[in-house]
Amino acid sequence: MTDNTAAELDLYQDVVMDHKRSPRHFGTLPAPTHQARGQNPSCGDDLQVTLNVARGQVQDIRFSGQGCAICIASASMMAEAVHGCDVADAQQLQRCFRAVLTGELEPEAAHLGKLVSLAGVRRYPGRIKCALLGWHALMHALGNAP
Amino acid sequence: MGDRHAVDHAALGDAGVESLRALFPVLAQTVNGAPLAYLDNAATTQTPLPVQDAMRRFEQHDRANIHRGVHTLSQRATEAFEHARSTLKRFVDAGAAHELVFTSGTTEALNLVAHGLSTSGAAPAVIQPDDEIVVSALEHHANLVPWQQAARRCGARLRILRPDAQGRLHVADLARLLTPRTRVFAVTACANATGERPPYEALLALAADAGALTVLDAAQAVGHAVPDLSALACDFMAFSGHKMYGPMGTGALVGRRVALERLEPLRYGGDMVAWVSATETTFAELPMRLEGGTPNVAGAVGQAAAATFIDGIGRGRIEAHASALREHAATGLSELPGLTVLAADAGPSAIVSFVADGVHPHDIGTLLDEQGIAVRTGHHCAQPLLEHLRLGPTTRASFALYNTHAEVERLLAGVARALKVLR
Repeated sequence: MTDNTAAELDLYQDVVMDHKRSPRHFGTLPAPTHQARGQNPSCGDDLQVTLNVARGQVQDIRFSGQGCAICIASASMMAEAVHGCDVADAQQLQRCFRAVLTGELEPEAAHLGKLVSLAGVRRYPGRIKCALLGWHALMHALGNAP
Repeated sequence: MGDRHAVDHAALGDAGVESLRALFPVLAQTVNGAPLAYLDNAATTQTPLPVQDAMRRFEQHDRANIHRGVHTLSQRATEAFEHARSTLKRFVDAGAAHELVFTSGTTEALNLVAHGLSTSGAAPAVIQPDDEIVVSALEHHANLVPWQQAARRCGARLRILRPDAQGRLHVADLARLLTPRTRVFAVTACANATGERPPYEALLALAADAGALTVLDAAQAVGHAVPDLSALACDFMAFSGHKMYGPMGTGALVGRRVALERLEPLRYGGDMVAWVSATETTFAELPMRLEGGTPNVAGAVGQAAAATFIDGIGRGRIEAHASALREHAATGLSELPGLTVLAADAGPSAIVSFVADGVHPHDIGTLLDEQGIAVRTGHHCAQPLLEHLRLGPTTRASFALYNTHAEVERLLAGVARALKVLR
C-alpha cells in the first residue's frame, strides 16, 4: 500500500496494530485486589481492568473487553507498562500520557516509551477518549480499595 | 452495476444530480484534501439555497412575534407561520381531521405524545395502571425512552415487539402482543440503525383495530418516502425538519385532532392559553394548545420551504435515487471479505449499515474521514436493537438526493482500504 494517509501513518502505526492484533495481558485475574470497568456508551467500547496490588506495587494486571484498535492497543500497552510498577509511578505515567493526548505536554518531554506511538491520537479529538478508556479504568481501579 | 444506473438515470439522472448539488454550497469543499462525500444524511441532511433563502427572507423582512401583534410585521410573521403549517400538512397529506403542531424535532414531538398521554391534567392520564404500551425494538432511543418513562409514571407495562434475526418486524408477532389493555403502539417508518423499512401500514392498522393509539416515527422516511397520513391508521406522526433538507431544531407532530386533544401539554405559558386568572387557566384550542412559547418561526418557514423543494424535485425520484445508491452500496459492501450488511434486503431505504469482522467502526470512520468521506459510527441511538441482533456498534452510510454513484464507489474503495490497514 503506497501513499498512506495521515491517519494510517499517525494513528495506526505497526506497533499499535501489533498490540491490537495480539493484546498483552488480556484476560481477567481470578482474585483481583482491585478492579474497575470503563465504558464509552456512544461507541460501545467497554473495558474491564483487574489488578493485584501488594506493597504499593502493581504485581499483576489483566484487561478484557471490546473496543476499537486505538482503545485496545492503548490498554494493552498500558498493561505492559504498568505491570510490576509502583502504584505511584503508574499514576504518574497516566498523568503524562493523558497530558500528551490533551496537548498539555509534548510527546518528546513525556518519557512514554513505547506508548509514544499513540501520541498521534492528540490530532484526532474524536478519538482521544478511545485511547484513554483503559487508563480511566486503571485509575478507578487503583482508587477503589478492596 | 449497469441496471442500477439505468434505474437511477430514469429517476434523477447524473446531470440532474449535478445541478441539484449546486444548490448545496456546503458540498463544494474538500475535507482532508479530498472532495467531501457527505454520507451522514440519516443524522442530518444539508439545506439547499431555496431553504436558506426563505429563512433569510423571513428574517430580513417579516420577523416579528406571532399571534399577538396588531402591527404589520406581526401579521406577516403569523401568516408565514400558518402558511408553513398548511404547506407541511399538505406535504404529509393531512386531512380535515388532522392538525400539525410545530416542535423542535422528532424527539420533542415523541416526548410531547408520551408525556401528554401519561400525565393527568383536567382529565386523568390516558395511560392508566396496568395498561400496556407496545414499542418495536427497531426504535431510535427517542421512540423508546419516553415510553419507558411514561410506563413508569403510570404503572403501565412496556412490551417490546421484537424483530426476527434479520431485524424484520412481523404483523403476526404484533398480533400476539396486542391485548385489550394495549393503549399505545409506537413504531418507526425506517430503522435508523439498520435501514429496515417495517410494514408500518399493516402494523398501525392492526394496532388501531385493537383499540390502541398509534404513533409513527417518520424521521428517517420524511426526506425520501413521506408517509401518506390520510391512508394510515395513525394517530400521531413525528418528523424532523433537518432530515428533510430543512433547518436544525425544527420538526412537527401531526395527527388526528381527536387524538392530539387528549394530550396534556408539555409546556405551559404564553400563546397556549385562552384565559388566565391568577389561579386558573383555560387552554387554547389546537394547535396552539401544544405550542407554548415563541416558536421557531424562521425554522417553520425553512421546513416548509424544504417540503416545497422536495415536491419540486419529486418524492418518487428522490426515493428511487436514494434506494439505488443504497442498493449499490449494499451490494458492493457485501462483496468485501468478512463484512456483513444489516437488513441487506431492507427494501426501499436510504441507509446502509454494516459490521466488519475484527474491525471497529470508529477505526473505519476515521480512515474514511481521511479520504473526505463522512459516515456515522457507533450505536446510532439504538442500543437495544443492536444487542438483540447480537451486534455491537456499526458503520452507517446514508444517502440523499445529492449523493452520486461515484461517491458510493469511493465509499466501497475506502472501506476496502480501511479493512486492509486494520486487519
